[in-house]
Amino acid sequence: MMGSPDPSTSEFVRRLVHERSAIVIDASKDYLVQSRLAPVARDAGLGGVDGLVEHLRRQPASPLRDVVVDAMTTNETSFFRDAAQWEALATHVLPELIERRRAQRTLTLWSAACSSGQEPYSIAMLMADRFPRVVAEWNVRIVASDLSAEMLGRAAAGRYSQLEVNRGLPAPYLVRYFRQVSGQWEVRDEVRQLVEFRALNLVEPWPGLPPVDVLCMRNVLIYFDAMTKRRVLSRVHDVLRPDGHLMLGTAESTLYSDERFRRVEFGRATTYQRRTA
Amino acid sequence: MRALIVDDSRATRAVLRRLLHGLSFDGIAEAGDGRQALEELSANGPADVALVDWNMPVMDGLEFVSRVRSDTANDVMRIVMVTTEADADHMVSALEAGADEYAMKPFTAAVIRDKLALLGVV
Repeated sequence: MMGSPDPSTSEFVRRLVHERSAIVIDASKDYLVQSRLAPVARDAGLGGVDGLVEHLRRQPASPLRDVVVDAMTTNETSFFRDAAQWEALATHVLPELIERRRAQRTLTLWSAACSSGQEPYSIAMLMADRFPRVVAEWNVRIVASDLSAEMLGRAAAGRYSQLEVNRGLPAPYLVRYFRQVSGQWEVRDEVRQLVEFRALNLVEPWPGLPPVDVLCMRNVLIYFDAMTKRRVLSRVHDVLRPDGHLMLGTAESTLYSDERFRRVEFGRATTYQRRTA
Repeated sequence: MRALIVDDSRATRAVLRRLLHGLSFDGIAEAGDGRQALEELSANGPADVALVDWNMPVMDGLEFVSRVRSDTANDVMRIVMVTTEADADHMVSALEAGADEYAMKPFTAAVIRDKLALLGVV
């Protein structure tokens, strides 16, 4: 039977996730504790979520700690999520940036919190399809980062189920940029090699990132408390080029967190740029 | 917005109809095979979008798509194949015949919504 976890179990998990990732899981989402951690507990032979948490209380350094944080912080994602934003990227943001970078011939795009990789691969496919000469002749870097080592491994493998490629991915892209491998769809090397994956916790320092032209940080800030959100946005401000664009989730806004950004509207899509001093 | 659902399964047609209704389509026509669907088009003109199964009796989805695309009067109609055929070869054939998108069964509401959004229909 799938019982609810003990309230102190949920409280422990919420605190652990916040400590490790700064992500706030609302108490109203306690059902996630059961649905996401029951398989972890089962795989570890710990007899339920309460047993799993009991194990973590006794052994705080257990490797299961990171597994639990991973399981609780993984977001739903799909290829080309929020069509209007991708259209804005393809028809306004990228053409304009490419025009401005003709001398340097360098373009850096960063998918922060890339989860299972759909977002960075969407960027790579878009670049390969719409701007093939830029991809071939310029120094184009597409950086994909995530907190979760397991997710990064999945993303780098670039293998997706039929259900995953059915969502949001244009069929011409599917046949062009993927190949079928034993019932799954695998991103072809020409796209995969455009993306570099790295582990990065957004609430810790971001070493070695080049100045970024397009930063996709979608549906991440909503999980942070106000202070963390401000801190992260302040770092975004530092790493984003003066004419670069920040893309957030459709339900997110920098408005009340950082006055140093301004909204830029492209039809139904919004991006954010640094305000000029 | 008007839609045409072409599928020999009444149950699938009902699922798609409900889904399109929820997306504010007002005129939704149905056909059980490609031949019926062509008759519907010649009677009422092209819809904004057609959701087309592949394997059907009388006339299959691929032939239907080829025939639709041989008449420029139908150019305005976007076509999404919605089928259990889930391999790249089928997909390429459908796209070459003139389908605009391709959704594999089983699908969820989000899959169809995403496909329609890609085509700018919703």
